[in-house]
Amino acid sequence: MALYRDISQAVGNTPMVGLPRLSPAGYELYLKLEGQNPTGSVKDRVAKALIDAAEAEGRLHPGSRVLEPTSGNTGIALAAICTARGYKLTVVLPENTSRERTELLEAYGVDIVTSPAEEGSNGSVRVANEMAEADPDLVMPFQYGNPANPRIHATTTATEILADLPDVGALVAGLGTGGTLTGTGRRLKQDDPSRKVFAAEPEYGDLVYGLRNLDDGFVPPIFDAEVLDGRIKVDSEKALATTRRLLAEEGIFAGLSTGAAVHVARRVATPRRLPEGTKIAIISPDGGWKYLSTGAYKPGDPEAIAEELQDTLWA
Amino acid sequence: MSIEVRVPTVLRTHTDGEKRVTVEGATLAEAIDDLESRYPGLGERLRDEEGKLARFVNVYVNDEDVRFLGGEQTELADGDQIAILPAVAGG
Repeated sequence: MALYRDISQAVGNTPMVGLPRLSPAGYELYLKLEGQNPTGSVKDRVAKALIDAAEAEGRLHPGSRVLEPTSGNTGIALAAICTARGYKLTVVLPENTSRERTELLEAYGVDIVTSPAEEGSNGSVRVANEMAEADPDLVMPFQYGNPANPRIHATTTATEILADLPDVGALVAGLGTGGTLTGTGRRLKQDDPSRKVFAAEPEYGDLVYGLRNLDDGFVPPIFDAEVLDGRIKVDSEKALATTRRLLAEEGIFAGLSTGAAVHVARRVATPRRLPEGTKIAIISPDGGWKYLSTGAYKPGDPEAIAEELQDTLWA
Repeated sequence: MSIEVRVPTVLRTHTDGEKRVTVEGATLAEAIDDLESRYPGLGERLRDEEGKLARFVNVYVNDEDVRFLGGEQTELADGDQIAILPAVAGG
């Protein structure tokens, strides 16, 4: 075991576990459990990198207030590191994230500004940009546009995968900011261009896409689609079904975006796309804890539960 | 040949509120052209001034983003499903 000076040092070096029961014949699936990070998600890596970068640039001073648009995990991760380093934090959060995310942010004493559900994460970006423009004292790291986000995945997530699975042949991760896929995928391909990278994209119900004008779409500036070999959308029902199989067959209590990513890994594990014998690394962004209130793990008709889930931002 | 298209809320003004419509076409380009002829203005919304798929619109065939398949030349088979979704970020 290891001894660290404070919580911000305990980020990363997460375990990679095999999925022997959910691996299609001829393929080996491995899940990197980012839920083992200090605040329980992959975003601990990003939050630490964002704050380190802002400190190195001289943008943060004792008592500074950090502002960030987030659907939850980045906010919780920033809350921990800001607490440890003496900064205040305001997050802009869409009103339709899971209850646990809001409660955790409240527990950390974070100042929460909500953005309209029908605008999703794009709305939280819009509101945060307006606030940052109006108040120059706010320091906005902006995970969607900050190169420190993909960079930390290249220097930590990817190198950890290569250390644990040197002959990994493919990567599957969820698409949110694009930081995990861009940073990890690019580094894995630099090491061996024959590797393939696939994105699992959450597909929501009409409420989430609701009134969104197609011309106002938001593609995060840090996301480099060139790194991808495929992008597959996964609806709430499929994500939920695989999340439940992880629990029932592998004993892994993971969040819904993990179920979505494993669903995609199983779909691409076919000779048409990947040579037989390929080892596929899958990023599990978080555990199931923050989604208990959604009913995702309760007994009951999965179809009805998925119907309820589809308007909550579960990734 | 029958292809189902999931239409996002903002474009349902073109389809009398229908969430799913049916088109025909051997490729995505033909399907979008057919969509435009059946629901004038709808196919147009998916393309930019140069006639390419618009940047903030994601088009999927059987859940796969067509940018990583054959783009508008992606071949379609009977029963395939097309979905049109606005780009959404997370994090």
